[in-house]
Amino acid sequence: MPIENSLGFPVLSTLIFLPVVGAAIILLISRKQESLIKSVALLTSIAAFLLSIPLFTDFDKSTHLMQFVEKRQWIPSWNIMYSLGVDGISVLFVLLSTLVTILCVLISWNAVKTKMKEFYISLLILEGAMIGVFCSLDFFLFYIFWEAMLIPMYLLIGVWGGPNRVYAAIKFFLYTLVGSVLMLVGIIVLYFYGGRTFDILQLATRNYPYELQFWLFWAFFAAFAVKVPMFPMHTWLPDAHTEAPTAGSVVLAAVLIKMGAYGFLRFSIPLFPEAARAMTVPMMVLSVIAIIYGAIVCLAQTDLKRLIAYSSVSHMGFVTLGIFAMNVQGLEGGILQMLNHGVVTGALFLSVGVIYERTHSREISDYGGVATVLPIYAAFFMVFTLASIGLPGLNGFVGEFLIILGGFTASKWAGAFAATGIIIGAAYMLWLYQRVFFLQTNQKVAGLHDMNMREIITLVPMIVLVFWIGIYPNTFLSFMHPSVQHLLERVYSGGQGATYAGQIAGLIK
Amino acid sequence: MDSYLLIPFLPLAAFLINILFGRKLIRDNAHWVSILAVLGSWVVSVITVEGVLHGNTVNRDLYAWISSGGFKVSVGFLIDPLTAVMLVVVTTCSSLIHIYSAGYMHGDKGYYRFFSYLSLFTFSMLMLVMANNFLQLYFGWEAVGLCSYFLIGFWYEKKSASDAGKKAFIVNRFGDFGFGIGVIMIFLTLGTLHYDAVFASVKNLIGQTVTIHLLGVQIDLITFIALLLFCGAVGKSAQLPLHVWLPDAMEGPTPVSALIHAATMVTAGVFMVARCNPIFSLSPVAMNVVAVVGAVTALFAGTIALVQNDIKRIIAYSTVSQLGYMFLACGVGAYTAGVFHLYTHAFFKALLFLCAGSVMHAMAGELDLQKMGGLKKHMPVTYWTMLIASLSIAGVPGFAGFFSKDEILWLAYSGPSPVGKFVWAIGTFVAFLTAFYSFRLIFRVFHGKFRGSHEQEHHLHESPKVMTVPLMLLCVGAVASGWVGVPQLLGGGAHFTEFLKPVLGHLEGEGTRSEEWMVMAISIIAGLSGIGLAAFVYLREGDLAAKIAQNFSFVHRVLWNKYYVDELYDAVIVKPTIWTAKNVIVGVTDGKIIEGVVNGVPRLIGRFSSRLRNIQTGMVQQYAAVMAIGAFFVIAAVLLWQ
Repeated sequence: MPIENSLGFPVLSTLIFLPVVGAAIILLISRKQESLIKSVALLTSIAAFLLSIPLFTDFDKSTHLMQFVEKRQWIPSWNIMYSLGVDGISVLFVLLSTLVTILCVLISWNAVKTKMKEFYISLLILEGAMIGVFCSLDFFLFYIFWEAMLIPMYLLIGVWGGPNRVYAAIKFFLYTLVGSVLMLVGIIVLYFYGGRTFDILQLATRNYPYELQFWLFWAFFAAFAVKVPMFPMHTWLPDAHTEAPTAGSVVLAAVLIKMGAYGFLRFSIPLFPEAARAMTVPMMVLSVIAIIYGAIVCLAQTDLKRLIAYSSVSHMGFVTLGIFAMNVQGLEGGILQMLNHGVVTGALFLSVGVIYERTHSREISDYGGVATVLPIYAAFFMVFTLASIGLPGLNGFVGEFLIILGGFTASKWAGAFAATGIIIGAAYMLWLYQRVFFLQTNQKVAGLHDMNMREIITLVPMIVLVFWIGIYPNTFLSFMHPSVQHLLERVYSGGQGATYAGQIAGLIK
Repeated sequence: MDSYLLIPFLPLAAFLINILFGRKLIRDNAHWVSILAVLGSWVVSVITVEGVLHGNTVNRDLYAWISSGGFKVSVGFLIDPLTAVMLVVVTTCSSLIHIYSAGYMHGDKGYYRFFSYLSLFTFSMLMLVMANNFLQLYFGWEAVGLCSYFLIGFWYEKKSASDAGKKAFIVNRFGDFGFGIGVIMIFLTLGTLHYDAVFASVKNLIGQTVTIHLLGVQIDLITFIALLLFCGAVGKSAQLPLHVWLPDAMEGPTPVSALIHAATMVTAGVFMVARCNPIFSLSPVAMNVVAVVGAVTALFAGTIALVQNDIKRIIAYSTVSQLGYMFLACGVGAYTAGVFHLYTHAFFKALLFLCAGSVMHAMAGELDLQKMGGLKKHMPVTYWTMLIASLSIAGVPGFAGFFSKDEILWLAYSGPSPVGKFVWAIGTFVAFLTAFYSFRLIFRVFHGKFRGSHEQEHHLHESPKVMTVPLMLLCVGAVASGWVGVPQLLGGGAHFTEFLKPVLGHLEGEGTRSEEWMVMAISIIAGLSGIGLAAFVYLREGDLAAKIAQNFSFVHRVLWNKYYVDELYDAVIVKPTIWTAKNVIVGVTDGKIIEGVVNGVPRLIGRFSSRLRNIQTGMVQQYAAVMAIGAFFVIAAVLLWQ
């Protein structure tokens, strides 16, 4: 069924375990050799990124089948396989993970001074686990990576975070754990019901009774909605983002919260197509609430990182709206928006890290006139701000436009309300930019030095992606076409949920 | 050869060069990069327009921009007569204003930044007018808005400037909200966004309706689409009720006001409506809305301009008013007349702004006309050019503005539009207002005695050549640009209308020659009497104006405060939104309800378990007693069950 690995070596396993090996090497280095620790971390992350490039260049865009697959027996008695592979939905996120890790290492170069060794170990292990999540094709393996990811993230927030870090870390942990446990129940039910297998691809070809789909959909929903986060499960996010160190916020924004949306795409929809279709209305309503609610909350924020965190709630609302619009434009826009959000919000957090390293303040009122003092920095931040508010020609626009188009096709009201998020989005981001970069120079930022080469190098890849996706998005959209097509065929292959969904959809059109 | 590609991409290249290397390397030479690029665009434009005159139109896709399922849209270019007119307007005004800016902005610490933005703007505007599909139009649309934001807030350290830039962007987003949905509706109903395909198939939608369930309204599909598109035009071209950003936009440097907020960007809405004439023409309702919004805006802004003292704001309100004129024309079906006015207006309005800039240059940034007067003898070139621009806008025969304004009024009067007579009456009255406030400005600034400080008087001087030469060149446009459209009544060939006929069609007025003479005469009288009244009030000694203001103090106050629209929006939209965000959403929903549950559940568990912990006393006799009681109940339950 799955096509053979075209590269001739187990690239995905290498990608997962290379960072772990790097972490192990750092473990052996003496704590005093700080620059060696950092160099090993940097080299490991660069090596992982270089290794992931073939996924981009050698990917066969004509098929929805899994590629670069590896499949081995792992625990035969429970029929657990070590099974990896990527398709058009997941492959871009593996690349995003490897790229973002490099940037995280670079941005932490001078910022992290305490327990440096442990910091880079956590970061690298986190990278391995994240890639594992996107590549796993076996539920058992998936769940291990899914939980494994929590631990280094928990440490990153709890150890290297801000003043209120312990509260934020515990909140993050409990929130995600509660969701994950419900998913675990769902996985076990599926295991027994689906013929004692954890094979995700096999399970996704079966047909389950609607009742079962319904309950399992909500069990999985618990895990994914917390991760996204969807309204009203979002309050861990601002705390976690705000308290996390820069690298933590970046990974969280760029990759971690994508896993919720990824979960919907990989599991909820193909496993429970009828339930998913029947649940489009509540899902779209929650998405639209998240878009508008998140945006309005941003208007009242006084903390830089908190504002960007809440803007994530709004932007991820677009992602879930696109996914549950259940049409080509919505889904492709949703996936692209996941990538866009990773790039832009990741970049915004990186940028905040740049200034935070200089001022150690997150209060917006401590800034003002930064454009005069740090012009290069201001230019970078402007591009990311504009990408965030969906200016055509930059990446955010393509995703948001496709999502609104898809959302509008599914329900005119959903599309129209989602579009109001763009107005408020412009308001809070430009207001933020004004308060931080324009106006008279605040004494607290006077005399700061502009970005250095390391910081510029950190942000340039993101700028390149912002323009690349904005000007020629087909490079990325073309990865998705067959996979999204396949997903939609699965969703619309009939069943009792169809009529049910049709009835509800009729009410809101 | 695809040489037309150079038209937008030369300025883009100039932008990239200046923004990347301007701060350290190019600095004070930044204007060379931008000016050479825009002159290059101008030359290529002229060649391209020459081709269009010989029937060589272009409609070509460059590459596929976004494709997802059935949705496909390209980056592509359309050069037809309408685009050709816009190319002339944009590249000519842009070139002259670039040159003028080299003098005006000399010594500014953001010199390179200014020229990079000007280049970026020129690129965006050209992409907008050269697009061959709606999404690229939208790209240009937002991109010019962005440049406007950058340039209004160019002196970003000033709070008023950065506020104004932000306001322009956000107010425009309100309009773009409708515009965007209109574009989506077009795709959903017609399956494409490319102009030729859309305009060819839009007729198939006649008779279809769209139902908005929650509101219980059913409206004609084409009307719905047309009105949504018009929302965008209302924002971009500063029509009621989204006009509020344009007067504030005067915070930007004056060349920007001339280029973006007079000659080019703000006319994008008119251009878009004209471009979409196959859609609008199918909806009488939408047409009437366009005409009435245009007419009312023209009147509304014209009245405000009567009492303002800030010279740039007077011209800004005049722009809003003239844009209203253009929409009025489009709304009665006289698209060619609307575009004709767009074209002549670009020259005389850009000229007015640049003259105002020249005055400011001499007055060290002063904008208040109460502190001016008698500048004529100090700056003759500025005086004469500004006088000519004012004669043009006032519709004095022979000047450019006369021909375009006359054509609009005649077609409104004689055309088939049901609101035609009504908007004609308003338009004629506005012609009177326009002449009055334009000459109020001239008389107050250039005539009489100087009313400013001695220091200012000492400083008065004519601007350098780099600024006055563009003024003189624009002056040629302000006079002669109308000559391409001399109506047949006056023995002309109406070449402009003929040129645009293939794209915009042609509206024949129904009326006798004597009626046509009458309409023309009335508009001339309106203009001349406006000038005469201004002379009567402002050229004589004594405070006639102040007396009038005193006697009509209520009207004066309302006009002075611009009908309180800004205050209304602040009280109804801005403040309540921020208040709700702070006190309801963050304060209650997020802070109390959701966080209450989130923190409450663990706290409850904690409290419960701390109670539960009390049971663990460590005393064996208590455990034994509890066990005994438990055992008793279990046994009792089992027995009873049976």
